[in-house]
Parts: sequence; C-alpha cells; structure tokens
Amino acid sequence: MIVSILHRATGIALSVAGLAVLTWWLMALAHGPEGYATFEKASHSWIGLVVLIGLTWSFFQHLLSGVRHLVMDTGAGFELGINKTFAILTIVGSVVLTALLWAWLLGVRP
Amino acid sequence: MSIGASSTPIGKARGLGSAREGGEHWLTERVTSIALLLLGSWFIASILLLPALDPHTLVEWLSAPTGAIPMALLVIVGFKHALDGMKVFVDDYVHEAGSNFVINTLLLFLAVAGGAISLYALAVLSFGAAS
Repeated sequence: MIVSILHRATGIALSVAGLAVLTWWLMALAHGPEGYATFEKASHSWIGLVVLIGLTWSFFQHLLSGVRHLVMDTGAGFELGINKTFAILTIVGSVVLTALLWAWLLGVRP
Repeated sequence: MSIGASSTPIGKARGLGSAREGGEHWLTERVTSIALLLLGSWFIASILLLPALDPHTLVEWLSAPTGAIPMALLVIVGFKHALDGMKVFVDDYVHEAGSNFVINTLLLFLAVAGGAISLYALAVLSFGAAS
C-alpha cells in the first residue's frame, strides 16, 4: 500500500522537479562557465542539496518499485509474504543506494 | 443489461465492455520504463565514474557522442514516460471531460517544450551555439 503510493508520489516528483532540474542543468551547461556557476551555486546551497538528495531517493524508489510492478505485471509475486518482503526491500534499497551515492559524491570520491 | 441503470459504480460499469483503448498506453509505459531502467543506470554510473563534476568535465562528457546520444535518449524517453505517468494520475482524479482534456493537453505541451529545450541544450554542447 505505502510502496504503491510512494511510486505515484516519486513519479510525480521526478516528472515535475526532476525533469525541471535536468532541463535547467543541461541549459546551464550549454550557457558556458558563467551560466553553470548559477546552477552550481543553487545546487551547492543546503536547499539545493535537499532537493537533489530527495530526487535521488525518488529516482531509486521509483526504479525499484517500478521493477516490482513489472514483476507483478507478469502475475508473479502476489503471495502475501513475498509481496510484503519485496515492498519493504524497495524502501531499504532506495535508502541504501541514495546514502551510498551521496557518500561517494560528498566524501569518498578522491 | 444494466447500462446506466444502477447508481453504484460497479452497476454502471457492468455490461459496458472494455474501453477498447488504453492498452497501447499501458504497454508504452512499461516499455519506456525498461528503457529508463537502462538509461537511468547509465546516467547514475556516469556521474559516479566521472573524475570530477566541474563544468569542463561535464561538457566534455556530454559533447562527445558517447555522452550526448544516451543523454538525448534519456531526455526523450524520460519526458515521454513522465507524460504517460502523469496522464494516469490525471485520469484517476480529474473525471470531468473538459478539465481532463485541458490538463492533459497542458501537460503534453509542457513535456514537448521541456524535451525540446533539453535537446537544444545538448545540440549546443555538441555543435556550439548558432550565433
């Protein structure tokens, strides 16, 4: 239930905010170094980071629950136990992947 | 038998048969999702493997065909999948035919405009600005 709602919510977040940021990012890059500085300033602010981390989590959550839906479209995975485990795994997976990605970007990357 | 005769939702739907449309939309959403699984993984992997995320490195990545072509596909398929997904959401909650048409048309224009702007930016990165 919650994972199904999250699939919608993250899908809307990615459609609206995600694609807006992607378009802005590409236009900023096309504008040369000065144009990109504006984007970089926004993305390095704390609110920018919250938005980007939120979008990263939305992406992984939507991807994993999307795979879950594709599996269920084949008619598999409807048994209560398996279904619930799969649902919980999408949340655990999205949080872990988001944490790993940002740990790499903000700290570990040489 | 009971077309329009019942006041309950199931009673209204019973006997109407299938909508005879929507199957293609449903399937397109699945096909684009599989494409985005690949393109999205490519995008995340690229961001992780790039030596740095400064504008010089990013432009070098996205102006080469190996970056520009998958990114163009990500933009096109991404906007298409978002549009299809938003339509499901709108159709679920906006039942009045007029409002439904207006919102879905508005979303179509936004998606096409956003896709065009992104592809223009990618063209500038690969070929340089016209003026």
